[in-house]
Amino acid sequence: MDKWTFGLTLTIVAGGGTFVTLWVLGLIIDLLKRIYPLAPTKPGHE
Amino acid sequence: MSDSIIAGLSGLAAGVVYLFTLGLPNVVMLLVGGTLLYLGAKKDVEPLLLIPIGMGCVLVNIPLSELGGEGGLLKIFYEMGVANEVFPLLIFVAIGAMTDFGPLMENPRILLFGAAGQFGIFLTLMLALALGFPALEAVSIAIIGACDGPTAIYVTSQYAPHLLGPVSVAAYSYMALVPIIMPPIMRALTTERERTIKMVTVKRSVSQTTKILFPLVVTLVGGLIAPKGLPLLGTIMLGNFMRESGVVARLTKASENEIANVVTLFLGLAIGGTMEGHAFLKPTTLAIFGMGFLAISLDVVAGVLFGKLVCKLTGGKVNPLIGAAGISAYPMAARVVQAEGLRYNKKNHLLMHAAGANTGGQIGSVVAAAMMLSVLKGMGLI
Repeated sequence: MDKWTFGLTLTIVAGGGTFVTLWVLGLIIDLLKRIYPLAPTKPGHE
Repeated sequence: MSDSIIAGLSGLAAGVVYLFTLGLPNVVMLLVGGTLLYLGAKKDVEPLLLIPIGMGCVLVNIPLSELGGEGGLLKIFYEMGVANEVFPLLIFVAIGAMTDFGPLMENPRILLFGAAGQFGIFLTLMLALALGFPALEAVSIAIIGACDGPTAIYVTSQYAPHLLGPVSVAAYSYMALVPIIMPPIMRALTTERERTIKMVTVKRSVSQTTKILFPLVVTLVGGLIAPKGLPLLGTIMLGNFMRESGVVARLTKASENEIANVVTLFLGLAIGGTMEGHAFLKPTTLAIFGMGFLAISLDVVAGVLFGKLVCKLTGGKVNPLIGAAGISAYPMAARVVQAEGLRYNKKNHLLMHAAGANTGGQIGSVVAAAMMLSVLKGMGLI
């Protein structure tokens, strides 16, 4: 494998993979927030 | 008798004689070590790292001390925790225990800033390859762009251990220079109107259950996609799980303080011990420092440009400056963004948004390194 094939493969797969993974994690956090919403604060409690 | 005295004296003078005959690289590195000590002690530049690294550098360059050779103290530290990657991973446990991912979880989409902030890694990789560095050396140099010392040490100690000294020093030095590197790039790439954009105040919306589940989710998702990077992800998330669960306060505090302090000392000395003059003073070292600077600058460029894109897509609701915080230098990058926002609008507090992007950058840098390692494994190169 020549160096450009190596570099571009790593850039596309690892760089793209980083974007996709973080996007998926963002979606999962959003989902968790819906499943376990923050309980409303009771009056008189901080 | 006189022969014996002369022989004894030659033993005492050998170091000085060596220094003045073959020891020019050692002299240069003694000055470098002194500079690192000066920067750490006098200028407060990453003192926790630069002081042990500087002292290690001084020690290993005093001729004939053999501290960096087999059985030498610095070599023992190296074998103990750098060669087998234990030290950077213990530092990750500490980072996880210290980091509040709350601002990130308030607005999870901000994680993408953490991905954009890693772009410098890949551009620098291409540059290093263009300059003729072999594949794994190019990866180790590019990882300086993760702006994350332990990640750089982890990858380099595994795949280009002979570059550990320059890569580590470059990574930590440039992280300390983030307040100097970031502002000119942020100003050059944004208009004054963009810099004054006020963002909606972040409302508290994350339950403790979500905070506790977060490290487990990151470990599982990241580990399944990029298993070669699981040591990095797993340790940082272990520290964060301990913090958020709240039931192992002793372990959390020990990770943040005692363990982190001891490991930082040993890690710094071990890295300094790799900076022996004859091995360190090569044209490649200079090239690594140049490319490291470029890598971190390109991270900031990519982050700000991504911020501008998001600003356009959201109809001007996002201040593009927060994109610059998508690098991993936490919490310094977020503070720089806050200061820059206030500079153009005294009532514009971007800190919470920037802190979210910055913690996203921490995860982003680890995920990017994990991806690279797993792709390399897939390609059969490691």
